[in-house]
Amino acid sequence: MTALPPPSAKKLGLVIDLDTCVGCHACVVSCKEWNSQSPLGAPLADLDAYGAAPEGTFLNRVHSFEVTREAGPPVVVHFPKSCLHCEDAPCVTVCPTGASYKRAEDGIVLVNEDICIGCGLCAWACPYGAREMDGAERVMKKCTLCVDRIYNETLPEPDRVPACVKSCPAGARHFGDLGDEDSAVSRLVAEREGFALMPDQGTKPVNRYLPPRPRDALPEFDVLAPYLEPVTEGAGGFLGWLDRTLGKI
Amino acid sequence: MHPAPSLILFTVLSGLGFGLMVWLGFGALVPLGWVGFVFWALAYGLAGGGLLAATFHLGHPERAWRALSQWRTSWLSREGVLSIVTFAVMAPHAAGSVFLDRPLPVLGALGGGLALLTVFSTAMIYAQLRSVPRWHHWTTPAVFMLAALAGGGLLAGQVAAAGPLFALLAVALALHWHMGDRRFAAGPDTAESATGLGRIGKVRLLAPPHTGRNYLLREMVHVVGRKHAARLRLIALAAGAVVPAVLLVALPAGHLLGALAVLLHLAGMLAARWLFFAEAEHVVGLYYGRR
Ligand code: SF4
Ligand code: SF4
Repeated sequence: MTALPPPSAKKLGLVIDLDTCVGCHACVVSCKEWNSQSPLGAPLADLDAYGAAPEGTFLNRVHSFEVTREAGPPVVVHFPKSCLHCEDAPCVTVCPTGASYKRAEDGIVLVNEDICIGCGLCAWACPYGAREMDGAERVMKKCTLCVDRIYNETLPEPDRVPACVKSCPAGARHFGDLGDEDSAVSRLVAEREGFALMPDQGTKPVNRYLPPRPRDALPEFDVLAPYLEPVTEGAGGFLGWLDRTLGKI
Repeated sequence: MHPAPSLILFTVLSGLGFGLMVWLGFGALVPLGWVGFVFWALAYGLAGGGLLAATFHLGHPERAWRALSQWRTSWLSREGVLSIVTFAVMAPHAAGSVFLDRPLPVLGALGGGLALLTVFSTAMIYAQLRSVPRWHHWTTPAVFMLAALAGGGLLAGQVAAAGPLFALLAVALALHWHMGDRRFAAGPDTAESATGLGRIGKVRLLAPPHTGRNYLLREMVHVVGRKHAARLRLIALAAGAVVPAVLLVALPAGHLLGALAVLLHLAGMLAARWLFFAEAEHVVGLYYGRR
């Protein structure tokens, strides 16, 4: 059903720390791996993998931006991007078949691949580029928040988080309930002033991003400078005599 | 956005077909017998052919019937449902006119209204998308509906009405382009708001997430051929609206002239629809440093 459910109390999502992400793409690879063996949907396609123009379907991608500051040198920010599981998800309401839906119990946005007609309208409606049509299956693919891991009782408890969160070597990805003000992720967002992407699109994303912390300013290099002042023309005393004498030779 | 031929054909042909149905439905022209057969075949053929073209855009056309289920929220679904209902409601009126010389004006008028609503819902598939600022504007339904009414009126031989409608279409097209050119830049979405990094400074893409192409770039960051846009706009405006209007108003009506005007209009609208897609920029381009 593509009508959105009333806002759920539980809002599962990710908090991504732009301060600690090192841009290694481990989350990209682990996401592709997990979702290519999941019984939840068809594997994520790779096309022309060994040819001249390889391309593939991914649910998570890492962009790298350069931010030019007013003062100080520019900073590089690695920026992972996947579905933000929006509360007012436009991708869901535009879907003509009911394949796209938002779960009433935890807010996860999913696609039922068996009834998706591959019209692509949901991908057009998403402002964030979080949906990709699978190159081989011709159905819509998107982040499932690893719904087949987080509730999976056959996995050991610590593994019941999305694959990207589990694999991040920098601990830049956090998973939890953003509907609960006291959850670890909500507190992190409050502490670090986490923000939503493109708020003006009115999608009300659940996922939050934590801004890079202010960089340390480099100290002025003038601690030793006074001692390194060049000897001037008018130097007097012994140094002056030496300078004049050497100059004559 | 990627100007898929299937979508260009779909919007242009079905718009023309449903536009003709509006005129036939409201009884501006009540052709009977064989003449009626030609008119109704043209209307059903164009509208149905356009819908058929649209299914070529689908990854799974065999499941197309599922698109009829979500009319409560989805304009695409509404468009599908409305076109089928229009076909059904119009059928007795058409069959009565052609085979029994007995038109059914009430059903015809109802069908005419539904046909117009169908064209409106086609336009809303695009106009509803806030992620594509150029489309998210009242000029989108205005262009779609005026094109359907003017083109349909021309096909129905309504020379007196079609002339002014073509003039209105020209104005709507010009407005759509003029205002559309400014909408993205005037809107709130920037690379800074897309990344949330505006609080630190000016944002520029340093390294894209992938070196090759992908679905997003192909579908939504289509920048090929935009350099011909200015010339194409002139052609679309002239052939699609201005010349047909002048032909209809200035010269004595006739079949040959009508056919010429129809062909010009069709070619012009195909060019205009190509531009409609190719010139539309999606906000996802902000993450890729291009639109
Ligand atoms: S990020 Fe895109 S795909 Fe995910 S819920 Fe929001 S609009 Fe839909
Ligand atoms: S591509 Fe599939 S999920 Fe997306 S809108 Fe079309 S039918 Fe719905």
